[in-house]
Amino acid sequence: MTIMETVVERSAAAEALETMLTIRAFEEQSAALNAAGKIGSVCTSVGQEASAVGVVSALQGHDLILTNHRSAGHLIARGADPGRILAEISGKATGYCKGKSGSLHISIKELGVVLTSTIVGGELSLAPGVGLSLSMQDTDAIAVVFFGDGAATEGIFHEALNIAAVWELPVLFVCENNQWQAFVHRKETMLTDHVSEWAGKFGMPAVTVDGNDVEAVNAAAKDAVAYVRRNRKPYFLETYTYRLRGHLEPDDQAYVNKDELASWKSKDPIATLEARLLGDGALTIIELEEMKARVREAIESAAAFAEASPYPSFDEMTTDVYA
Amino acid sequence: MKTMTVDQALNEALAEEMRRDPRVIAFGEGVATKGIQLVEEFGPKRVRNTPLAEGIIAGTAAGAAATGLRPVIDLLFAPFLTFAMEEIVNSAGKLRFISGGQFSFPMVAIARTGAGWGVGAQHNHNLESWFVSSPGLKVVMPSTAADFKGLLKSAIRDDNPVVFFMDIGLIYQPGEVPDGDHVVPIGKAAVRREGSDVTLISYAKTVHTCVAAAEALAEQGVSAEVLDLRSLKPLDEDAILASVKKTGRAIVVHEAAGPCGVGAEISAILVEKAFGALKAPVVRLTGPDAPAAASFPLEAAYVPQSDAIVAAALRGMAVH
Repeated sequence: MTIMETVVERSAAAEALETMLTIRAFEEQSAALNAAGKIGSVCTSVGQEASAVGVVSALQGHDLILTNHRSAGHLIARGADPGRILAEISGKATGYCKGKSGSLHISIKELGVVLTSTIVGGELSLAPGVGLSLSMQDTDAIAVVFFGDGAATEGIFHEALNIAAVWELPVLFVCENNQWQAFVHRKETMLTDHVSEWAGKFGMPAVTVDGNDVEAVNAAAKDAVAYVRRNRKPYFLETYTYRLRGHLEPDDQAYVNKDELASWKSKDPIATLEARLLGDGALTIIELEEMKARVREAIESAAAFAEASPYPSFDEMTTDVYA
Repeated sequence: MKTMTVDQALNEALAEEMRRDPRVIAFGEGVATKGIQLVEEFGPKRVRNTPLAEGIIAGTAAGAAATGLRPVIDLLFAPFLTFAMEEIVNSAGKLRFISGGQFSFPMVAIARTGAGWGVGAQHNHNLESWFVSSPGLKVVMPSTAADFKGLLKSAIRDDNPVVFFMDIGLIYQPGEVPDGDHVVPIGKAAVRREGSDVTLISYAKTVHTCVAAAEALAEQGVSAEVLDLRSLKPLDEDAILASVKKTGRAIVVHEAAGPCGVGAEISAILVEKAFGALKAPVVRLTGPDAPAAASFPLEAAYVPQSDAIVAAALRGMAVH
């Protein structure tokens, strides 16, 4: 590796860390707003930041993303404004969906984040159609759909993978296996550890990667994206990770095995990356503190923007129903 | 004018729209198998067979519609829509609103229902009112070959998801279809027969039953108007109110069961907005609250009959 390549790689890792810190701070802000009674329930992605950042940063601007109820990481990694996401979650008119989505199904057309569904499996049902649109255009863009291990137990998972394989659609399936399906542990509902074992049977490459290692995720995602872009065929990437907070806020996680939670907390993707970057000198403590201060400031300013934003007017209740 | 069956009218409409707009694609169970001419003209990318999996057919249509295509999907029989409710109702119907108007879902979902083939309750279930109750969707259910053609063309051009019901009993019925680009607007009812004493309001094959009843009533000196709704959502409230304000009596006739059905909605509209004009109670003649039987005599008896319409109209006439 040349010195230049080393510098670029270090700065990419530092950039990933800053995005992950932003996601974490955003989610904690959402949870705090919920605890304060200012917003309704939200589903946070705390613990899954490496998966979101590693995959989304492997995409190009013209690629299309479908996501789900646990979307803040994907949106922020894609460059969404935390202020407008928080405004959306707060039901404010300045939100990306005019406050009509709330936290559960935020789409941002201008960023290529199309069709978020909060129905578990809904995002999977829509993804082949987005791939079909792309397959009929003169483009090398691909569709990427994020879902969890819970969605993999839905019948539509099998329908979606099958049609994407049979029709050769440019869809990257990203299963964020966070071990939890609402309030039920994955081990109660499936006899496989890795959803990729199922996916491989449909006739597409299926790979599992350590979802808490952002650089490993990014490397695997780059391979996956390149495959889909080049071959115009689907690919399955499973990021094996853990949902560190509850299903929704508030959630005391009384049902979570303490040892398991502690074990995954010790593999926190942010702490791990910080330690590595500090350890090999890619980042100094001062730089890290500056980074954290920037993130804090960005989220405080986002919260202030959301707080100051107006609610939608009542006529918005019945607009955008029909085209 | 050309005479053709409903089935031929639909195929002609689809071919014309595919010729007119390269974004129109068609897929579903057997769509390519049965539409060989469509495949020959438009190619296998635009005309596709699918797995027997209604959920992913409808979901794929919704995803494609939101990103630039205009899919027409064939889900075969209406009860199969239960497998596609999530995608049609939660995605196609709601995601425009949820996204604050960022996306639209120009797609058409075709499904067959009604008595005629003895296929039983899992292939024959007039569940159209479920979709009328779901925001963001349009619902049509034509009665003539001309309307099947014209409404399918409108549905394909519409920027909203349209659920297009085909009454099984009408599929091979011939009818006259105007030449050229025959387009029938969604949301407009048609007066099939003018009259002054009672309005018979219906859609799909029972429109023809109403016309037969109106002819029988004419022999008894009762002048019945027959209104064919054609679209169930949006409902042509103006046409309903105009007719019933003129006649003062209304009988709503449909094959679908009564509870919370289209007839219930129309009765409520008439009571709310035309109460002063009513000379007799509004009557609903509907299929029973029971699954449709496969046995031909039972299946046929499920559908409201002309005699019952005539009797109800005569009872209404006796009120004043």
